[in-house]
Amino acid sequence: MIRASKAAFISSAVAAFLAAAAGDAQDAPGSGPTSVAVSDEGRKIYEQICQACHLADAKGGGGAGAVIPALAGNRNLEDPKFMIEVLMKGRGGMPWFNDILTPSQMAAVINYVRTHFNQFKGTVGEADVAAFAAAAGKPDRAECVTCE
Amino acid sequence: MTEDTLPTRRQLFEMIGKAGGAIAMYQAMTVLGHAAETQFKGPPMLSGARKGASVLVLGAGLAGMVAAYELRKAGYKVQILEYQDRPGGRNYSVRGGDKIVEVGGATQTCQFAPGNYLNPGPWRIPHHHRTLLHYCKQFGVELEPFIQLNHNAFVHNSKAFGGKPQRYKELAVDFKGHVAELLGKSLNTGALDDKVTAEDKARLLEALREWGLLDKNMAYAASLRVSGQRGYDRAPGGGVGGAPTPSAINGLPDLLDSHVWTQMNFYFGYVMQTTMFQPKGGMDMIGKGFAKQVGDLITYNARVVKLAQNGKGVTATWEDTRTGATATASADWCVCTIPPPVLSQLELQAGDKLKAAIRAVPFSPQCKIGLEMKSRFWEENYSIYGGHSFTDQTIGLISYPNDKMHQDGPAVLLGAFANEANGLILAGMTPEQRIETALQQGAVFHPAEYRSEFLNGVAVSWPRMPWILGCTSRWTDENRAAHYQNLVALDGRIVLAGEHASYYGGWMEGSLLSGIDAITRIHQRALAA
Ligand SMILES: Cc1cc2nc3c(=O)[nH]c(=O)nc-3n(C[C@H](O)[C@H](O)[C@H](O)COP(=O)(O)OP(=O)(O)OC[C@H]3O[C@@H](n4cnc5c(N)ncnc54)[C@H](O)[C@@H]3O)c2cc1C
Ligand code: HEC
Repeated sequence: MIRASKAAFISSAVAAFLAAAAGDAQDAPGSGPTSVAVSDEGRKIYEQICQACHLADAKGGGGAGAVIPALAGNRNLEDPKFMIEVLMKGRGGMPWFNDILTPSQMAAVINYVRTHFNQFKGTVGEADVAAFAAAAGKPDRAECVTCE
Repeated sequence: MTEDTLPTRRQLFEMIGKAGGAIAMYQAMTVLGHAAETQFKGPPMLSGARKGASVLVLGAGLAGMVAAYELRKAGYKVQILEYQDRPGGRNYSVRGGDKIVEVGGATQTCQFAPGNYLNPGPWRIPHHHRTLLHYCKQFGVELEPFIQLNHNAFVHNSKAFGGKPQRYKELAVDFKGHVAELLGKSLNTGALDDKVTAEDKARLLEALREWGLLDKNMAYAASLRVSGQRGYDRAPGGGVGGAPTPSAINGLPDLLDSHVWTQMNFYFGYVMQTTMFQPKGGMDMIGKGFAKQVGDLITYNARVVKLAQNGKGVTATWEDTRTGATATASADWCVCTIPPPVLSQLELQAGDKLKAAIRAVPFSPQCKIGLEMKSRFWEENYSIYGGHSFTDQTIGLISYPNDKMHQDGPAVLLGAFANEANGLILAGMTPEQRIETALQQGAVFHPAEYRSEFLNGVAVSWPRMPWILGCTSRWTDENRAAHYQNLVALDGRIVLAGEHASYYGGWMEGSLLSGIDAITRIHQRALAA
């Protein structure tokens, strides 16, 4: 089941909530901080977060012109750095996840997707994600869009 | 019409503006109760389009339809291409018999009784969204109050009060009382003597006593006076046993656990303040109101797959979603309101800056669930008429219907309004699992009735809607600084419009203001060309 929330996650969730409240006032539930925590386990993170769009079998979906790409059998994921970058920065209809997932959660889900839905060798660790984040500095969508 | 003889408000403002300059005009408008509330200056009043000039509008949401309506009035030949088989876009209501097909194929058929509906997208209209209110009035869309703040609804936090929901009024009054008491104490110990004058200190103490309902010792304690806000243990009655008894108050630690200030603050939000409105009979009455004006211009089931342009005009290639046949549509100019998650995937002939901007706007993943219940037990058994009960669970809140109060027969509760990770968690479930989750979690508020009164439900997960793949734009300060002006700038003969092309992202007002701004600039450019 869903693990108890970690202080780090809560504080980042609260920070995201406050940022949204300050800058961007889109219609929102107004329920405040949630007690729901995202799991630390790769498979569960996939089910809780990624499955929303990439679907349970990771085969993606949608029609021409409005596609969610398959993650299963996807050659692009061979390079683990590619996935770190996509999760950190987002691209097009894919949001960034550095406000929802911690570096260790990102590493866990990357390893799960690369090995469960693909047969790629090697894993990434929390440190790889953190190193990418440090190198990239603040998340900046401007870079993302040129990273196609 | 009187408009012919007397100057309209707008003409009056223009006269003042010419005579006294912008500042005088602003002052005049503020005095007349305008201006500060909105950037809306009345409908655009474009006129004098060149003979034969044409505009192609992509998308029949509110941004596309307001553009088409005002452009036709200005003399343009207008055509709208729309992916879906209905007008309105996100301005959408789900009723009995409606089918919802998701990316991935999950299909639901709504089973609500006639007259019942869910507003899966927009549901409330602030009183200062003057553009939207203007067109609602002009197109005869009847509005009724949307009950935003309900003191008698619940706040549930799984870590407070043993997980038992509390009435908002009890928590909010107690929170106010305790904060007032503490501030009073620190004033009285002299802790703030270097911050306030003696005179202000005395006035502030008096204010705290009144505002916080403090007793003569400046303490927040149970009393009939306090019960006059938070409610009684035994409510006032008539005759022999009419005397009320006070209710007990909650302690500060429990209130801190409850996070009730989140809701108190929520209701202070500029876009969340009462008075709010909803259209009678469903939010899509607004889209239908616009479609009454421009429906003859819309080609439905037309999915645009490519948009090309040259120095003379634009050409969109579109596919008939029923037959698969492709066709093209051409015009001098194009107003494109296709939401960025979809637009970023189309073949678009535009500059790199615009393309980059389109790819830079992420969308949020809201999910809403409608639960049809046999009776209005929240009214009958809990005295809750409209408004929201909040929870820290995945569903976020439940919200009670604002119409047909005190009536018999089935009614639809909003069983979830989830965003961020919670929206994704619900999106990843099957519709049946979402509804089961909503029942399980929502039952915390109404345990005796929630299951037994349940009839049926529908769950709308926005990232799964094939024509948008998301709910609303989520600009951050950084990506707005880098991309916003590029997103709204005219690129050759194409201009983008929609909520994402406004500072009112996630509101219908933003779609309309953006549409009006986009066509005003196109019109200027077309006349100059
Ligand atoms: C959950 C939720 C809650 C909201 N709450 C509120 C609220 O309470 N109050 C409020 O004012 N606003 C609210 N909003 C925001 C509001 O719904 C939007 O701002 C507004 O309806 C968007 O209008 P639009 O014209 O910009 O875009 P849309 O309505 O999305 O119009 C775009 C149109 O383009 C069409 N399209 C897509 N792809 C193609 C293609 N390839 N070819 C042709 N056409 C295409 C779509 O089908 C659609 O009709 C909410 C939104 C959501 C999702
Ligand atoms: C809100 C919907 C959504 C969610 C949630 C989501 N994605 Fe995506 N994802 C997309 C879309 C849309 C694209 C295609 C983006 C583009 O390039 O236009 C994408 C692209 C990707 C890509 C790049 C694929 C390629 O070959 O280009 C990866 C990798 C990816 N997603 C991984 C994930 C992982 C892992 C998660 C969970 C942590 C996740 N996504 C959650 C919508 C989503």
